[in-house]
Amino acid sequence: MSINLAEELSSITTKAPASDWRAAIRLAGDGLVAGGATTDEYTDEMLAAVDKHGPYIVIAPGIALAHSRPSPAVLHGGLSWVSLATPVEFGHASNDPVSLVIGLAAVDHDSHIQVMGALAGVLSDSAAMTRLLAADSADEVRAELSSLAAAN
Amino acid sequence: MKIVAVCGMGIGTSVLLKMNAEKVLAKLGVDADVEAADMGVARGAAQTAEIVLTSEELAEEIGEVPANVIIINNFFDLDEITEKLTAAVQ
Repeated sequence: MSINLAEELSSITTKAPASDWRAAIRLAGDGLVAGGATTDEYTDEMLAAVDKHGPYIVIAPGIALAHSRPSPAVLHGGLSWVSLATPVEFGHASNDPVSLVIGLAAVDHDSHIQVMGALAGVLSDSAAMTRLLAADSADEVRAELSSLAAAN
Repeated sequence: MKIVAVCGMGIGTSVLLKMNAEKVLAKLGVDADVEAADMGVARGAAQTAEIVLTSEELAEEIGEVPANVIIINNFFDLDEITEKLTAAVQ
């Protein structure tokens, strides 16, 4: 049985309203703070990363992986999940608009590799993603992630 | 063969790209070392790498390097990664 993302996620928010990409990233940041992984500064760092490098965080159609470097604003590793009520433009040339923002905080460059592997597995499963994005509650997302972990 | 997967911060997208690139390389039977790097380290690492994998936004930032810079649009699309890596290692 592989890593169960339901247990790794610091917080899960579904069908959240976000007026633009900054609001969407803030939600992911708030989720990390709520889970105790980061301080609010990390949210600012994640926003600054996109200001500096562009929306490279939109790594696949509809999915953004918000994150910044390991810094004092990261208390411990964490992941947050925010599905959006309405898809939001991040300005990416091919993968917009975004429906799911995942917030990622890490304390170094490698300790979260296995969780990333599990995340990659889930995000590349299009049938699972359809179900996950349709979920109306955190419990539904957790149930789906747990059953995916049990099946793999 | 040395390959560098690059993202802005070194903890997220480069790790995902590294993992998927390794899967594809294993399937192609290509022996390569894939390193995940952030922008700061990448330019240096790219001096001795054959291939740099990154996203479109960051390819410009990397600038002129001797390595073959390959842009990947969808980090989860193993077909895209396979197609582009196959062409690059020929």
